[in-house]
Amino acid sequence: MSGLRGRAAIVGVADAVSPTGELEGSVRALEVAMIREALDDAGLAISDVDAVFSNLSAGWAPAMELAEYLGLAPQWVDSTQTGGSSFEIHVEHAAAAIALGLCEVAVIVYAATPRSSFKRGGGGYASRGAMPGPTPGAEWELPYGMRAPMGAYALAASRHMHEFGTTSEQLAQIAVDTRRWAAQNPRARLQELITVDDVLASPFEASPLHKLDCCLVTDGAGAVVLTSAERARSLRKPPALVLGTGTCTTHSMISEMPDLTTTGAAVSGPLAFAAAGLTPADVDVVQIYDSFTITVLLLLEDLGFCPKGEGGGFVADGVLAPGGALPANTTGGGLAYTHPGMFGIFLLVEAVRQLRGECGPRQVAGAEVALAHGSGGVLSAMSTVILGTEATA
Amino acid sequence: MSVIERPDGTPERFSPPVSPAAEPFWAATRERRLVLQWCRSCDRPIHFPREACPRCLGAELEFRPASGLGTVHAVSVMPKPANPTMAERAPYAVALVDLDEGVRMLTNVVGVDPWSVAVGVRVAVAWEPLADGRHLAVFVPAGGEPTP
Repeated sequence: MSGLRGRAAIVGVADAVSPTGELEGSVRALEVAMIREALDDAGLAISDVDAVFSNLSAGWAPAMELAEYLGLAPQWVDSTQTGGSSFEIHVEHAAAAIALGLCEVAVIVYAATPRSSFKRGGGGYASRGAMPGPTPGAEWELPYGMRAPMGAYALAASRHMHEFGTTSEQLAQIAVDTRRWAAQNPRARLQELITVDDVLASPFEASPLHKLDCCLVTDGAGAVVLTSAERARSLRKPPALVLGTGTCTTHSMISEMPDLTTTGAAVSGPLAFAAAGLTPADVDVVQIYDSFTITVLLLLEDLGFCPKGEGGGFVADGVLAPGGALPANTTGGGLAYTHPGMFGIFLLVEAVRQLRGECGPRQVAGAEVALAHGSGGVLSAMSTVILGTEATA
Repeated sequence: MSVIERPDGTPERFSPPVSPAAEPFWAATRERRLVLQWCRSCDRPIHFPREACPRCLGAELEFRPASGLGTVHAVSVMPKPANPTMAERAPYAVALVDLDEGVRMLTNVVGVDPWSVAVGVRVAVAWEPLADGRHLAVFVPAGGEPTP
């Protein structure tokens, strides 16, 4: 077990989503609202905040610019940007900094409005960086017309099918089970139940991935607040202790992924479990980044919930669904709840709410240990966060 | 090696920038030659070309001719184009090809029904002209000439 186990806790959470997929207000307005709500959830004030985490801004120094906007003079700023897993990495960094006494109250926030931006005639999410610079991606991948990001995940699915006999039906089952969770969440974008046949009948976005294998594009925003375990115990809500974390990035472009069927979660997961002194069997509920169905399949294998190559069989009988042995993506996930470009903040928010018992009809009874796993880029950046209630301390 | 003319009426592809380390790679494409960067210390090929070897960080690098032969490692058909430059080509096959020298490239497999391209298929490099005289390396099934 690591010296960081149980030293910091998530004490406040907030998220904003809509079944319409659209939210009112600017990105900055949403960020501020999420910070206000998450601090209020914790029983803390903005004046308590001494650490600011932000992975994106309209400018060049996200955390510094956000701190200025908030009128803060933080002693810890972190603009680590790995796409959808940025927020799990932020939790890892915040927990370490808090444990070392380098800061005490950390705010992590994300907001994006790709759906309403697109409807207003903007470029949607891509408008953040419409013109590629002279990057390796522009030189070696962009000319070939791979749809981004689904084409990269489709290549991984193609390879997994070839090596292990994984089928489209098995991938579809992940979307079906995730939708069953969304059907219990009145805030989810897509709440109608679907079947495997529905997934297979939906058009290919990038073969072998169908439309219903792919996440949504919605507006959305969220924030989490961390502080020390000591301070957490005097706050408004039960703390979600950070028991273990792990991170591994393996590539930026899909053509540089060392092994298309094994992600950096095969490193980040064992790191997090070792730090927590736990195994996959100890986990009560998982929030696993579901940008695409294949993402979930690969991550279940890499995190150790089943052996490599056996993910297809593992998910085939509804293990991830309500009532299943491994409740997964209980909001409805990126596939059905919300997905504003990056989903990692929502994994953390839901993991905390499950540990607090706040989830109503979709509550996993007796959840004491929750795992949130973020995936960023094109299966590029993996970060695992294991959270637990006071009982696990 | 085969030349694949841009299909009639299709726009120019996105023109890839040339990074300094890759100038010899792109220069060779003007003569429709595939070259790969090698690290002299490791005696292993490197792709994409870099200023240093991604294994030993050595800077003793050179370009050597490549066989142009490889095997499809993974493939995905794009039923819709990724961007307007590819609009007239859809559906088309995007593939990761493992060259026989031991490096992997993202590319297109062309000259064949895209839905027929399978993992494990042997392919050979072909060249599609770019507007500035360079060529883009694409692949066709090995041993077979592309069909129109």
